[in-house]
Amino acid sequence: MIGGIPGPLTYPFMVNALRAGTIVAVVAGALGWFMVLRRQTFAGHTLSLVGFPGAAGATLVGLSASLGYFTFCILAAAIFAAIPRRRSARAFSEESAVIGSVQSLMLASGFLFVSLYAGNLTGLNALLFGSFLGISNAQVLVLLAVGVPALIALAALCRPLLFESLDPEVAAAAGVRVRVVSVLFLILLGAAVAEASQITGSLLVFALLVLPPAAAQSLTPGPVAGVLLSMVVGVAVTWGGLVLAYYLPYPAGTFITSLSFGVYLVARAVRASRDRRTARRPVPAARVVEVA
Amino acid sequence: MHPTPGSVALPSPAAVAHGIAVSIGGRTIWSGVDFRIERATFSVILGPNGAGKSTLLKAMLGLQPLSSGTLDVLGEPAGERRDRVGYVPQRGTFDRSVRIRGLDVVRLGLDGTRWGIPVPGRRARAERERVDALIRMVEADAYADRPIGQLSGGEQQRLIIAQALARDPEVLLLDEPLDGLDLSSQAAVSSLIQRICRERGVAVVMVAHDVNPILPYLDEVIYLAGGTAVCGSPEEVINGKTLSALFGTDVEVLRARDGRLVVVGQPEAPAIHTDRHHP
Repeated sequence: MIGGIPGPLTYPFMVNALRAGTIVAVVAGALGWFMVLRRQTFAGHTLSLVGFPGAAGATLVGLSASLGYFTFCILAAAIFAAIPRRRSARAFSEESAVIGSVQSLMLASGFLFVSLYAGNLTGLNALLFGSFLGISNAQVLVLLAVGVPALIALAALCRPLLFESLDPEVAAAAGVRVRVVSVLFLILLGAAVAEASQITGSLLVFALLVLPPAAAQSLTPGPVAGVLLSMVVGVAVTWGGLVLAYYLPYPAGTFITSLSFGVYLVARAVRASRDRRTARRPVPAARVVEVA
Repeated sequence: MHPTPGSVALPSPAAVAHGIAVSIGGRTIWSGVDFRIERATFSVILGPNGAGKSTLLKAMLGLQPLSSGTLDVLGEPAGERRDRVGYVPQRGTFDRSVRIRGLDVVRLGLDGTRWGIPVPGRRARAERERVDALIRMVEADAYADRPIGQLSGGEQQRLIIAQALARDPEVLLLDEPLDGLDLSSQAAVSSLIQRICRERGVAVVMVAHDVNPILPYLDEVIYLAGGTAVCGSPEEVINGKTLSALFGTDVEVLRARDGRLVVVGQPEAPAIHTDRHHP
């Protein structure tokens, strides 16, 4: 039966969906790896959700939805950057309470804007779950124009950022400007989320931001390998989801998220079995000698 | 490098403090503190909880501004020579879920302040060899490629010390590095720190709440209490007369048969005072 349908690449809308999906998956995979490492998943989730009232509000007052996405995401990133970060396992911060408060207010406003906009429900669908079909060449170029600089900025920032993520105190003592690094990261995350949400919707972008990086971190503890693997997993599930959605009558977002979740489960299983093996490894002899 | 005291005029000392004071939120933590720490010596900062031991270490890093006095590290105001000062902060251990290899943590000590991605080449190879050498020196080769969150406290501490040594510092500041370790790890990490001090000529300054694991190695003691400090050799400082004057109350120093020192009667020691009930 499938053989009777022309292949997905014969249609320009599918080609553009794959192009856009690839850009979004690569950017989200790289930024998400740091987000998961820094335990800022909740902040990232909220950033992806605030795009929704941003876009709905902008549409309501007659501005472009893009402008709304960027304004709200970057504004929210700036607010989160002002909250003092949790410095150690024992030092709690009110970070999550502030982020949670912002998130609920933003969701409420988004809902208000959508209902004020005279019940355009298909619009709501696209804002939340994205519209992979009907992406123009110009939109792909916009994705590239935001995604490439975001990746370059992340590459420039990556070592101080990794240092600050693992050990802010030592990084500060070594001369890393920790405040600047963490603010820049959140702004970068906000911009990348705003960009990606326009294609993937507010909910799906989060799946690409958290699942491939979390899977990659379970599979490899090396930073370079981890970021690359995270991008590869992101691209693979995006392509898989789009192709499945081409043949089956269900939305691409559902497939992409389900595939990501499957990869994550497998990664956790691999990690669990590996950890059990290393835990059984005998204590190296050198340590016994030096204690004596 | 084996510095021979007296024969060679060494460059500026590791740290010199003249009448330094710190106040936080209007409260003076300590004041009138003087000390001089020579290069390649092993010093400890002792004192009861809340005496401001970590604050003194932060001041030496240039992360805590002084309210008065001058504090020079390696001949320049504290904080000026960050690249020559290694730091191991007080901490619990890394969370079990931190999935970064120990060797990557060590490597950050070398290139963590640099912008851009690491480019393969001669420099990258040299840096990898340097990281390997550091890991061998702290005897962490057996587990440096495992996620650091899964290692024991003593294993993590070795890797963190290797990180602090990555840029070949002349001064190494450690905040309670033995805290939370079992007795045998305490002994092993103490002797590692002593080796770093003697063999690499690094001036080690460490905060501790128990002097005993490091007592045999110590050159200098800075004892913080009652809003100020005394400084000198272990024999000069850790005795009943000096500590009684510092605390302003009768303090006794007992020496156990195995050589361990026990300070009895210092006001903040809870096991001696507050827990004692007379029904």
